Amino acid sequence: MHLDRRWVFVGIALAVVVPVVTGLTLPLGKIAPPTVMVYDAIEALQPGDPIMIAVDYGPASMPELHPMARALVRHCLSRDLRVIALSLNQQGTVLATDILTTVGPEMGAVDGEDYVNLGFKVGYSVVILGLGESIKQVYPQTADGRRTADLAIMEGVDSFEDVPLVVDLAASNIPFAWIAFAHERYHQQLAVGITAVMATDLYPYLQSDQLVGIINGLKGAAEYEQLIDEPDFGMLGMSAQSMAHLLIIVLVIVGNIAYFAAGRAASRGPERTSEQ
Amino acid sequence: MKLQVPLAITFLVGLFMAVQFFVPHEAGRDTFTTLLAWGRIVGAFALVLGIHSLLRTHGDKVRRRRRDWPYSLVTIACFVLMCVIGIGFGHDPGTSFYWVFSHIQVPLDATMFSLLAFFIASAAFRTFRARSVEATLLLAAAVIVMIGRVPSSINLVLGQSGLSQWLQERMPDVSEWVMNFPTIAGKRGILLGVALGAIATSLRILLGIERSHLGGGSGEGG
Repeated sequence: MHLDRRWVFVGIALAVVVPVVTGLTLPLGKIAPPTVMVYDAIEALQPGDPIMIAVDYGPASMPELHPMARALVRHCLSRDLRVIALSLNQQGTVLATDILTTVGPEMGAVDGEDYVNLGFKVGYSVVILGLGESIKQVYPQTADGRRTADLAIMEGVDSFEDVPLVVDLAASNIPFAWIAFAHERYHQQLAVGITAVMATDLYPYLQSDQLVGIINGLKGAAEYEQLIDEPDFGMLGMSAQSMAHLLIIVLVIVGNIAYFAAGRAASRGPERTSEQ
Repeated sequence: MKLQVPLAITFLVGLFMAVQFFVPHEAGRDTFTTLLAWGRIVGAFALVLGIHSLLRTHGDKVRRRRRDWPYSLVTIACFVLMCVIGIGFGHDPGTSFYWVFSHIQVPLDATMFSLLAFFIASAAFRTFRARSVEATLLLAAAVIVMIGRVPSSINLVLGQSGLSQWLQERMPDVSEWVMNFPTIAGKRGILLGVALGAIATSLRILLGIERSHLGGGSGEGG
């Protein structure tokens, strides 16, 4: 079946743009248990407890991970937890600043007391191991140059022993380093927020209790927004993703109908180059 | 000597790191912390080396007017610009660095990544065929997981019918089952293989059999 692929591109563009422009929101359905597990792990913390959020992604993964980062920080600040952000991705530190400086003031939180961005350090495995020994030694200064030891938020916080939960938001192999070094060596309770394409890599660690929960892709972000009752870009983005998935399923079905209609034998040859 | 010293350092440090994991003595822990600090410093030097390599590669391309050299010029210019405004004026919200990052780098990166949606849709249409039993299983799993991720989209096709309601209730569970059992079974096998490979490679490096990290060879030691 010949279909100029530009029509497929137009279809995808419409499927993504129309829901976003019109503000169409579709119901999410059942919330995945791994998302609820992250929510429950945060709910189990006491007000005043520190939580470490590692913003280990760059702008390419923002559509999936930024909404979940925003929802997580909202949830933590609403529970009066101390949010300690850091980044093991050089671009993540600016994204962490973006989240904290928008969500923090909106929640009435104070920089240095309720939240802080420690910034980026190079060499993630060594940094994670170092955090298990002394956070203030690895990060003597925050991202904006304040002395970490002088901040109220860091009072009584010097290693993983003092941090009941770490949430790593990532689009790369950094979660594996968190599991290998933070969980295995220091028995650090760990949850992750990841792009959907990484889910199959991380699910085995959830089953073996090395992770306490997974927020999986844009759907996970939308689910988290629903759990904290703060609909935002995750919910809006899910409508676009739903439409795009639907279009892809339709395209796959149409392609297969055409394949069988044309006869298997005839279609076993190479694909038409005009479609590529 | 040039070879023996790095090999000896690798062996001794590697052995120490492996042993101290199981021996939580204070002396070992102090040495471990010191080695971690050294590791972070070496990591920072690696960043400097990376910058040097970037500038040398692209600088050479511009000097020799090689193919697509203007792109290399843009790379160097952007690098210098970000360094000057970042180091000179900071990177907090409201600074030039923050503006360039938010208004140029973020949209560019997001645009590059979003192109995937178009290519995946096109590739799915052209190549995702039930040509064999394996391909059919893959196709069925993909459709189940996709519908499970966006169950509300079923409404748009089937309306508010009983079948639609049933699919919306069941598909997320079926999708989770696919992710939790068949997928993990395969994934675990791969992970175990990778882990065994990593252990074998680590041992080869510690024992000096694998030497490619020292440069200048194929990796097999004599």
